[in-house]
Amino acid sequence: MLDHILSILIFFPAVAAVFGFMIQKDSMRAYGVAVAAIEFALSLWLWYAFDNSVSGMQFMEHLPLVPSFGINYTLGVDGISLFIIILSAFFTLLGIGSLTDTPNVKYMIITLLFLQMTMAGVFAALDAIVFYVFWELSLVPMLYIIGAWGGPLRIYASIKFFLYTFTGSLVMLVGMLFMAYFYYQATGTWSFALLDWYRLILPETIQLWLFVAFFLGFAIKVPMFPFHTWLPYAHGQAPTIGSVILAAILLKMGTYAFIRFSLPLFPDASAFFMIPIAVIAIIMVIYTAMVAYAQKDIKQVIAYSSISHMGIIILGTFALNVEGISGSIFLMLGHGVVAGALFLLVGVIYDRRHTKMMSEFGGLAHVMPRYATIFGIMMMASVGMPLTINFVGEFLSLLGFYQQSHILTLLAGVGIIVGAIYMLAAYKKVFFGEVTNEKNENLPDINKKELFGLIPLVIVAIWLGVYPKPVLGPINKSVESIVQLMHNKSTSELAKARIPNLIKKRVLVIKKTVVEEEVR
Amino acid sequence: MLSPINVSMESLNLMTLAPMLIPVVGALLILVIDVVKGGLHKSLYVVLSLLFLAMDFVAIVDSSGVFMSNGTMLGVFDVMLIDGLAILAQFIIVGASMLFIPLAMTHKRFHEFSYPEFFALFLFMIAGFQFMVATDNLILIFVGLETSSLALYTLIAMHNREKSFEAAVKYFTMGALAAGFFSFGAMIFYALTGSVEINKIALVLAANGYADMGFVLVGVAFFLAALGFKLSLIPFHTWAPDIYEGSSAAMAGYMSIVPKIAGFVVAMRLFEFLVHSHIVWLEIVLYIFVVVTMTASNMWALVQTDVKRMLAYSSISHAGFVMSAILIGTTQANSALFLYWILFSFTNLGSFSMLWMSRQKHLPDNQSSDHSYDKFAGMIKTAPVAALIMGLFMLSLAGVPPFALFWGKLYLISSAVTSGYTVLALIMALNSAIAGYYYLKLIVYMFMKEPIIADGGHVYVSNATLALKTIIGIAAIGTIFAFLAINPLLEFITAFVYNSGY
Repeated sequence: MLDHILSILIFFPAVAAVFGFMIQKDSMRAYGVAVAAIEFALSLWLWYAFDNSVSGMQFMEHLPLVPSFGINYTLGVDGISLFIIILSAFFTLLGIGSLTDTPNVKYMIITLLFLQMTMAGVFAALDAIVFYVFWELSLVPMLYIIGAWGGPLRIYASIKFFLYTFTGSLVMLVGMLFMAYFYYQATGTWSFALLDWYRLILPETIQLWLFVAFFLGFAIKVPMFPFHTWLPYAHGQAPTIGSVILAAILLKMGTYAFIRFSLPLFPDASAFFMIPIAVIAIIMVIYTAMVAYAQKDIKQVIAYSSISHMGIIILGTFALNVEGISGSIFLMLGHGVVAGALFLLVGVIYDRRHTKMMSEFGGLAHVMPRYATIFGIMMMASVGMPLTINFVGEFLSLLGFYQQSHILTLLAGVGIIVGAIYMLAAYKKVFFGEVTNEKNENLPDINKKELFGLIPLVIVAIWLGVYPKPVLGPINKSVESIVQLMHNKSTSELAKARIPNLIKKRVLVIKKTVVEEEVR
Repeated sequence: MLSPINVSMESLNLMTLAPMLIPVVGALLILVIDVVKGGLHKSLYVVLSLLFLAMDFVAIVDSSGVFMSNGTMLGVFDVMLIDGLAILAQFIIVGASMLFIPLAMTHKRFHEFSYPEFFALFLFMIAGFQFMVATDNLILIFVGLETSSLALYTLIAMHNREKSFEAAVKYFTMGALAAGFFSFGAMIFYALTGSVEINKIALVLAANGYADMGFVLVGVAFFLAALGFKLSLIPFHTWAPDIYEGSSAAMAGYMSIVPKIAGFVVAMRLFEFLVHSHIVWLEIVLYIFVVVTMTASNMWALVQTDVKRMLAYSSISHAGFVMSAILIGTTQANSALFLYWILFSFTNLGSFSMLWMSRQKHLPDNQSSDHSYDKFAGMIKTAPVAALIMGLFMLSLAGVPPFALFWGKLYLISSAVTSGYTVLALIMALNSAIAGYYYLKLIVYMFMKEPIIADGGHVYVSNATLALKTIIGIAAIGTIFAFLAINPLLEFITAFVYNSGY
C-alpha cells in the first residue's frame, strides 16, 4: 500500500466525494469529517514512513499516460512537498469540522473534498503536465466556493480569480511546451518529467524567456505585486472556509512551484532576476502592509497581510541559498497555519454579527475572553513574535537574503515592523477599550465546534515555533540537494557567485592543507 | 467512330467506393420504404440510418486496414484517393453522424423528423462529405461539396420555424456564392496547369517554378474565400451565428463539426503544398485569418445573450484555432488537427445536445430566445446532474485539464512551439483564456444564480429520452476519460497522417 500511498492520498477524497452524492443531507457533515480524518491520517502515515535521511524523491509512482508525447503520471514527495501535503489534509479536516451553518452544506463538502484532491495532486506531481492538470483543476472548486457561497460581489470576485489565474497558467503552459521541446531537441525524446528536465542545462538567453513564462503563471497565483488585485476581492467575498483554504494552501502553490520549477530549471535566470524580484517582494511587503493599515474591514487586513507575508516567502526563495529557501518553505507552512487560523477567527465573529467592519466592534476582550486570547496568540504569531511558528520562517528567510543584499533585507525588516503596527492596531480596535456597540454586549464566546478548528492550530503554531526541528530537518535536507543542483547546473558567473556551493568548500580546504604540507 | 474503351474492372478498384455507396444505398432504401408504406414512425428511420452508418463505419475500418498494409489507394480512374487523411476524416464524419442521428428521438415531436426524406437526405449528405474528403480531384470535391450542401440546406429548412427558413435561404445564398468562388479557383488552376488533380497541379507549378505567380495568387484567393465560407473563417463567417440560431440545436452542433472537418481536409490538401513552397503571401494571409478568426469571434461570443449563439461564435473560434494547424503544416500539426477535432466533436456535440434536451416546443413569453442564459439560471438547484454535465462540457471547451479538449489544445500549441511560431502559440494560449470567460458565464448562471424558471427543473430534461441520454452519456464519458484514449489516438492519427505524406 505504501507504494501507492500518494495516489491514494490524491484520489481517495475524490472518490469519497463522488460517493458523497449518495449521502443524506443531514449526515453529510459527519461523512465529510470522517473522510477528511482518514485523509489526514494517511498523510501522517506518509510522514511516519518518510525517510528523513534521504534528500531526493520518495514514494515514487510511475504510469505512462501519453508515452508517445512524453507525458507520464509520475508522483513523488521530498521534504519540501511532504509538509505542504500534510498541511492541506490538515486544513481540509479543520475546515470541514468547523464548518458553520452553510446552505447546501452537502455540495460544499463535496467541493472541498475535490479541492483536497487537486491540492494533494499539485504537491505530489513530478510531471509538468500532471502538475498543470491539478493546478488548473484546483481553480474550479474554488470558483464554485467563492461564487456560490460568497458575499454580494461573489460572482465578480470568483470570475476575476479564475480568469487571472487561468491566463497566467496558459502562458506557463506555453513555457512548459517549450521546455519539453528543448528536451526533445537535446535528447530526441519527448518528456515532461520534472526529474528529466532537471538534467537539462539551457543557454542563459533561453532560460530568461522561459523563466518569464513560468514566472507569470506562478506570480499571479502567489500573488505578487502588481498581479495581486484579485486576492483582496477573492478573500473579501469568499466564505470563511474559502478564505482559509485559499490563504493556507492555494497561495502556497505559487511559491512551491517557484522552488520546484523555476529555481532548479533556470538557475542562471533565477540569479539574473534575483534583484528585480526581490524589489517586487519588498514592494509587496511594505506597500501591502501600508494598505492593510488603511483597511476598515478586518478580513481585508488579514488578506493584505497575507500578500505581505508572501513577499517575505518570495524574498527567502530568491535568496538562492539553503537558509533562505528552507526558511521560505517553513514560512509557507507557518503562514498557512497562522493565516488560516486568523480567517477562521474572523469567520467566528462574522457568524455572530454578520459584519467584518472593525468600527462595529471594540472591547470584545470583555465579552469573549477566550476568543480574544486565541486571536491574540495568532496575531502575535502573525507579526512574527519569537517562539511562534512565523518567527522561524521569517528569520531564516531574511537571514538567507541578508547574505545577498543587506539593504534590501533591512527594507524588508521595516515591512515586518509595519506589519506589527497594523496588526496591533487592528487588535486594539476590536478587542480593547469599553464595549461601545450595545449589539456586542451579549455575544456568546467561542463554542466547541470552533474550538475544534482553532485549538490544533494554536498548538501547532506554538509547537513548531519552539521546536521546529522535526519539520525543518527534512526540509533542509531536500533544499540542500536543490541548491547543490542549481549550483552545478548554473553556467554564468553571476549565478555561480550567488548560488553557494555546498560540497566543494570542504574539498578545497583539504587540498590547501595538502599543498601546505608539501611546501613544508 | 469511337473505338471501344477497354477498362479492366481490377484497375478501377471499385472497393474504394464502398464506404460512400453504403449511405447512398441506405438513403434509397429509406425512400423505397416510404413509397411502399408511408406514415411509419421516425424510430424506424433512425435505427435504419444508424445501421447503415454502422456498416459504413465498418467499411472505413476495413479500408483503414488496407491502408495500413498497402498504403494509399487510388480508384475509379484515379479519381478516388483513399489516404490517411481521407480515412481519418471519414471516421470523424461517420462517427459524429452516428452520435447525431439518435438525437432525432426526442420526447417532444418535432416537425422535420416525421419525414422519411429527412433521413434520406441526411445519408446523401454524409455520402457527399465522404466523397469530398476522399479525392484530390477538384471536380469531385466540388460535386461532394454541392451534394452535401444542398442536402444540408434542406435539412435546416425542414425545422419549420420562421428563423429556420431564413437560415436556410441565407445559407443557400452564401453557399452558392462560395461554390462559385470554388469553381473559379478550380478554373484558374486548370488554366495554369491543365489538370484538376491537386497533386498534379502541385507538380506542374513546382516544375515551372511558380512562373505565373499572379494567377496562382488569384486562384488561391478564390479558394480561400470558398473554403473560408465552409470553415466560417472571419470575414466569411457572417452566416454562421444566424444559421446556428435558426436550425435546431442538434443540427447546429452537427454543423459545427462534420462540414468543417470535410473543409479542413480539402484545405489541407490545397494549401499545404502552397505553404510549403513558401508562398509568403499565403502564409501571411493565413496567419491573419487564423489570428483574427479566433480573436474576433471570441470577442463577439463574450457579448451574446443566447447560449446557442455563444456556442456558435465559440465554434467559429475553435475553427480558427484549428486552422492554425494548416498554417503550421507539419506532421505534428496535422495530427493535432485531427486529434483536436475528434475531441471537439465529443464535447461540442455533447453541449449542443444538452441544449437540444432543454428545447421547448413553443417559446414562453418570458424568454426572448430558445436558450437564453436566464433559462439556465440556478440549474444546479433544480436539475443538478444536467447542470454538472453541462458544466463539464463548458470546462472542456474552455480547455481546463484533464478534460478532452485540453489535450487537443496542448498538442496543437505544442506543434506551433515546435515549428517556431512562438507568437502564434502565445496568441492561441491567450485566446483560450479569453474564451474561458464566456464558458464561465454559463457556469456562473447555472451554479451561482437563483432559478428563474419555477418548474422544478423539468424544462432542462423536457426532451430527454433514453436515446438522448445515451448520447450525452457517451459524450460526457468521452470528455472525462479522454486522457486514457489520447495515447492510442495520437499514435493512430500520427501514423495515418505521416503515411499520407502530410
